Amino acid sequence: MPYKILKKQQLGTSGTLFEMVLDTPLIAKKAFAGNFILLRIDEKGERFPLTIADYDAEKGTITIVVQIVGKSTKHLSTLNVGDYISDVVGPLGNKIDIKKYQKPIIIIGGGVGIAPCYPQVKQLKKVANTIYTILGAKTSDLIFWRDKFARISDKLIITTDDGTEGIKGFVTNPLKDILNEEEISLVIAIGPLIMMKNVTLMTNGKSDLPFVETVVSLNTIMIDGTGMCGGCRFPTVDGEFHFACVEGPDVNGHTVDYENLIKRSIRYSTQEKVSMDRYTNQCRSLTKLKEKN
Amino acid sequence: MTRLLLRPKMPEQDPKKRISNFKEVPLGYSEEFAQIEANRCLQCADPKCVLGCPVNIDIPGFIKLIKEKEYRKAIEYIKEFNILPAVCGRVCPQEVQCEQQCILGKKKEPIAIGALERFIADWERKNSLKACPDCRPPNNIKIAIIGSGPAGLTCAADLARLGYDVTIFEAFHKGGGVLVYGIPEFRLPKEIVKEEISTLEMLGVKIEYNKIIGKILSIDDLRDMGFKAFFIGVGAGLPIMLNIPGLNLNGVVTANELLTRANLMKAYKFPEYDTPINIGRVITVVGGGNVALDSARVAQRLGAERVVIVYRRSEEEMPARREEYHHAQDEGIQFQFLTNPIEIIGDQYSNVEKLKVIKMKLGEPDDSGRRRPLPIEGSEFYIPTDTVILAVGTRANPILTKTIPDLKLTKYGYIETDEYGRTNIDDIFAGGDIVTGSATVISAMGAGRKAAEAIDEYLKH
Repeated sequence: MPYKILKKQQLGTSGTLFEMVLDTPLIAKKAFAGNFILLRIDEKGERFPLTIADYDAEKGTITIVVQIVGKSTKHLSTLNVGDYISDVVGPLGNKIDIKKYQKPIIIIGGGVGIAPCYPQVKQLKKVANTIYTILGAKTSDLIFWRDKFARISDKLIITTDDGTEGIKGFVTNPLKDILNEEEISLVIAIGPLIMMKNVTLMTNGKSDLPFVETVVSLNTIMIDGTGMCGGCRFPTVDGEFHFACVEGPDVNGHTVDYENLIKRSIRYSTQEKVSMDRYTNQCRSLTKLKEKN
Repeated sequence: MTRLLLRPKMPEQDPKKRISNFKEVPLGYSEEFAQIEANRCLQCADPKCVLGCPVNIDIPGFIKLIKEKEYRKAIEYIKEFNILPAVCGRVCPQEVQCEQQCILGKKKEPIAIGALERFIADWERKNSLKACPDCRPPNNIKIAIIGSGPAGLTCAADLARLGYDVTIFEAFHKGGGVLVYGIPEFRLPKEIVKEEISTLEMLGVKIEYNKIIGKILSIDDLRDMGFKAFFIGVGAGLPIMLNIPGLNLNGVVTANELLTRANLMKAYKFPEYDTPINIGRVITVVGGGNVALDSARVAQRLGAERVVIVYRRSEEEMPARREEYHHAQDEGIQFQFLTNPIEIIGDQYSNVEKLKVIKMKLGEPDDSGRRRPLPIEGSEFYIPTDTVILAVGTRANPILTKTIPDLKLTKYGYIETDEYGRTNIDDIFAGGDIVTGSATVISAMGAGRKAAEAIDEYLKH
C-alpha cells in the first residue's frame, strides 16, 4: 500500500525546503520524539531516512520536512498533494527520554535540523521543563516554524550566518552566552555534523565553560534501519563504533568521533552528483518535451 | 541396458561473459537432459535421498513422473512437499543432503536431484501453467507470520492450505527475506522469488510490506487485532564485525550492506536505480561461506579488477558450497587460504589502503570439529585493497525479541524452541535462522513446515 501525501507546503521562498504531511495511520499511532522513517519514493528509488518532525495519532498523519540536497530529495519535492510515496517504514530508532530536569534545557536546531527539534521540545515541555530554543540557519529565509517553537519555548533565539534575522553568526554564540550566565541540565543539538561538533566542544567541560550533558541526532546513510546492513555505523572517540539506526539516532554527543563521521558521510558524494546531474538533465528534457507538445 | 554412470552436465553461462552481467550462471536442464537424468534414477524401494531432505520430499516419486513426461503432475506432486521448488532446486546444498544419500553416488555420480527439481519448476513457469495448490475451506482463524524469508513463506503456505487466514508481515518493501536481499540475481533470479510468492498469494496469503513488528505493531497489538498464533521467522540479520582496528574506514562494508545494495536495491543498475555502490578496483572479502563467495562474485560483476577472498582455515574447511566455489574460481576470484586479517589500514582521507593479514596453520580440532586455525608468528603481510567486505557471519537481531520480554532466548539472543518451533509462550512459534543461527534455506523451510504443524495442533486444542 503506497502512502499518500495529504499536504505540502513550501517553507520560505528558496524553493529548497518543504513540509509534507503523509497519510500513515499505523506509524502515527506509534511515533514519538526521536523516531525516524525510511522512505523510498518509487520502484527505482533509494531508501533514505528522515526524522519525524510531527505526528498526529488521531488524524493518522506524520509530518516531514525535506531539504533538497540530492536526487531523492529533489524528486520528493516535485511530488504534490494526492501523489503517493511507494514505501514508508517506521517508526524507527529510539524515542527520547522524557523527564523533568532540574535546570533549563537548551535545544538547538540547525538548518533542516530545526524540524526534528519540534517534537522533542513539545514532549519535554509537557513535563514542565524550562526550554530555551536556538534555531540557526544560513539566512532568515531558511528559518521555519518560528511560531510553533515560540508557543512552547520559554525563550526562542534565532541566529543567521548572514545576520538577516536574529543574532548574526552561529548557534554557538548564544549558546556560549547562556552557558556563561546560568546552569543548564541538558543540551540537545540537531543539525549539520559540524554544528553538532562545535556545540559539543563548548559543552564538553574542556573549555572555560561547564560540562553539560549533550545529545546529538545522527542522520547517517542507512538502508534497512534495523541494524542489518551496518551502513549507519558511527565511530566513537574510544575507537569503537555503534549503529545509529538502532542505538540512535539520538546519542551522547560527547562520544561521537565527528572528524571520522564527516569523512564517512561523504563516501558516496561522487555517485550522488552523478545521480543528481542525470536527474536534472532528465527533468530538463521532460520540460522541453512538454513544451513541444 | 547399461545405466549411464554420469549425469548430464548442466550448461552454464561462459565465465568470460558472465563476470560482466548479473544473469543466472547455471542455465538449467533441457527436457532431453532431464529425461536422461530421470531415467538414471533406480527408483529405490527404500529411498535414502528422501531421508537426506529436510522436508522429506518424495524424490523418486516426482522423478518417476518426470520420466513418464507427466510434468504437470510432477510439479503438483512436488509442491505438496515444497512450496518453493524453483528456489530450492537452485540454492539447496543437495550435495550434502539428498544427493549425498543417493546410492548411485557410491559408484559414480548421484542423481542430479536439484537440477531435476529446478527443471520441473521452470517448466511450469515457462509454460505459465501455475495452478493454485489444493487447500481446505477457510476457517477464518487469523495467523501472523513475521518475516517473509524461506521459513515464513513455508509456514504461511502450509497454514493457508489448512484453511487458515494468514498474513505475513515483512520489514522490507519486497518479499523473500534473504532470498531477495542476500542471494544475488545470478544465483537466484528475483523474478523467480516473485513467482513463488505469487503462489502464496493464490492461496490467499496476505503480505504486509514495510512493517517492522516490534516497531509499528507489537505482538500484543496483533493479538488485539485478532491474530491467534504467531510464527517468528525474522532471520539472523545482524552482521558480525571483526574485532580488528580500522573498521571505521571508508571502504569497509559488511556483506549485508553490499548484498542489500546490489540485490534488493539493484545498485548494479545505478544510476538507473538510485542506490549507489562504491567498491573501487581491488576488493578483499573476509570469510569462507556462501555469503563471502556471493559478495566476491557481486564485486567482480560490478567491475572490480581483482577480488581476493581471505579465509583463515584451508580450502577443505570452507563452508561454502563446492559448486559455488568452482563457479567463483572459474570467474577468476582469488583465494588466500589460511590467512587472517589483523588490521585494516587507511590513507589520510580515511579510505582503506591495505589489509594487514597473518598466515595461519591448522591445530587440533575445535568445538565445530574443524581444525582450529592458529597464527604463525612473524608471517604478517599486506594486501593492498580499496574495499574490505566482511562476510564472517551474522547473529540474532533483537529488534523484535526485545519487545517480547517473556520470550525465552539463548545467551546469544536466539529464540529457544523445541523441534516443532514451540517457544515458552503458547501462541508464539519460531523457526529458521532466528532459532538456529545462520543455516540454509531448506532447513529454514523445514522449520517453517514443522511449526505450521505445531500451530495447527495448538489451534485445534
